[in-house]
Amino acid sequence: MTPKVVLVTGVSRFLGGHLAARFAANPDVERVLGVDTEPPPRDLLRRMGRAEFVRADIRNPLISKVIATANVDTVVHASVTANPAGPTGRTAMKEMNVIGTMQLLAACQKSPKVRKLVVKSTSAVYGSSSRDPAVFTEDMSPKDLPSSGYAKDAVEVEGYVRGFGRRRPDVNVTTLRFTNFIGPRIDTVLTRYFALPVVPTVLGYDARVQLLHSEDALAVLERATLHDLPGVFNVGGDGVLLLSQAIRRAGRLNLPVPSAAVPTVGGFFRSARLVDFSPDQMRFLNWGRVVDTTLLKEDFGFTPRWTTQQAFDDYVSGRGLKPLIDPETVAAAERGILDAAARFR
Amino acid sequence: MAGARVIPLHDPERDAARRARHVEVVPEPEQQQSPAADWERRLADLLSFARRRIAGDYEVDEFGFDRDLTENVLMPPLKPLYEKWFRVETIGMSNVPAAGGALIVANHSGTLPLDALMTSYGIASEHPAQRHMRMLGADLVFRTPVLGALARKSGQTLACNPDAERLLSSGELVGVWPEGFKGIGKPFKDRYKLQRFGRGGFVAAALKTGTPIIPCSIVGAEEIYPMIGDIKALARLFGFPYFPVTPFFPLLGPLGAIPLPSKWYIEFGEPIRTDVFGDGAADDPMLVFNLTDQVRETIQQTLYRLLTQRRNVFLG
Repeated sequence: MTPKVVLVTGVSRFLGGHLAARFAANPDVERVLGVDTEPPPRDLLRRMGRAEFVRADIRNPLISKVIATANVDTVVHASVTANPAGPTGRTAMKEMNVIGTMQLLAACQKSPKVRKLVVKSTSAVYGSSSRDPAVFTEDMSPKDLPSSGYAKDAVEVEGYVRGFGRRRPDVNVTTLRFTNFIGPRIDTVLTRYFALPVVPTVLGYDARVQLLHSEDALAVLERATLHDLPGVFNVGGDGVLLLSQAIRRAGRLNLPVPSAAVPTVGGFFRSARLVDFSPDQMRFLNWGRVVDTTLLKEDFGFTPRWTTQQAFDDYVSGRGLKPLIDPETVAAAERGILDAAARFR
Repeated sequence: MAGARVIPLHDPERDAARRARHVEVVPEPEQQQSPAADWERRLADLLSFARRRIAGDYEVDEFGFDRDLTENVLMPPLKPLYEKWFRVETIGMSNVPAAGGALIVANHSGTLPLDALMTSYGIASEHPAQRHMRMLGADLVFRTPVLGALARKSGQTLACNPDAERLLSSGELVGVWPEGFKGIGKPFKDRYKLQRFGRGGFVAAALKTGTPIIPCSIVGAEEIYPMIGDIKALARLFGFPYFPVTPFFPLLGPLGAIPLPSKWYIEFGEPIRTDVFGDGAADDPMLVFNLTDQVRETIQQTLYRLLTQRRNVFLG
């Protein structure tokens, strides 16, 4: 069933905005509503074409009126985010994530027209610890429930979504647990992290990182909206990069920081407005996280076009990250040494 | 001559494979002419390895196994320990399949898990398919900085059923030491007495995936650090499961960390098939207990047999 009227939350951010643009370009979709607290950047707004922007706060019951009057039949909740807007943004982010979701779900429950709900969740709900299995499947629950930050928000959001699904069994609910996004255009904590000239890591740990290209993320969200595919799905690219390996592929230098000094260094990067890592993301840098995507491929019917490694390389070349050690220099040095060895013989 | 076939004298692929396997045994004529070529080739290998590491140009699987690093950096230092120090002799290597999932279950001993390292080096170097054994480790290993990262890179993963089943069903050779710390940290007087085999989780994993269980008995590892005492207070302080006292440790300090050069035997027994029990066998606790006992008995009996054949701890 192709949706008639789609409401997308979080359109002033990359995923929500580009998703609204994709629906606007789809002639089968009659009307596209984009909701956010602040207007999208100008280039994103231009892309969104005929999509209508509604400046509304989903924490406000007003959203209920929007859904009812516009006869919205499909809601894409893409505004749950891990990226705080500023140094003081964490409390606001939590409110936006959790209270916003509650309000939005309450509004959806009220409106009999709503037929479908797509929620952008995160694989952070599995937590990250040394006692976890190497690969998470959808039916696993975290050993240590995330106690703070984005991961906890996401766990709570998913809880409310499950509750909504019980109360409105007629609505198709798709929950997508995304791994970290990467790509030349998207801006996340991780893309800023890898762009640092010297990348701090935790001494003695090397996380396994699974990434998803932002274009694949858009395609998955689009597919979930245009088709009826209820359920919970892990979404991530194939393959794994080690954190140290990713840093080398980006041509950065790795700066291992002893665990005891990690909060101090993290605080420095936060106050310098470089990267804002929350404690649960710090844990992610220790152990990493890999999810199983069999359900995504077989039941959901989507295979990501980029593997983790390809997506990361696309990010590196797309951002024009200049490696500190030029691979040409390395190759030249290798040739030089071999030539010298040949002469020595 | 309708049925005549062209039989190539030199199959390039097979020749290359044979060359790779018998580098020392059948030296190439050109190598004899110029002994410099060998170190030059090694230098080229080393440089290309360094270039791959600098560029991050290598593959890591979902468990974090870094084959490039394992084969080039982590495995080679084990060679002298395996060949010269412990003079390991393997028996029944043909019981380890060349392909497909299989679960190797072994006895654990020696205060430090050198038995695990030697078994995995033995299979990687002496098995015709040179397989990498993927071991299941305690969560203490993965919690520890440096060690945890190294364990993942060398192919180890946490001992839990989802990981074991995932590895087995993707056709990997999995190694498990079900005695855990009870086995490796037992006092010297209890040597070669198998401890309790956990809860039989490994048997359930093998049953679920229908992969064979290969009992593996290791003789020699008990004598490398004879543990005559355990300082509980220090163990608690450091968060270790035990703090060993051997005749030389902590008395001689770091010197006490040198293992005694016992002679080792590693015997791989007949595979025990698990695909004959049908679906749902993993949910039958009685079957799981019985199989666990069978594996345990097999290893214990093999240990006794190997011990009676051994004349001297150090000379074999």
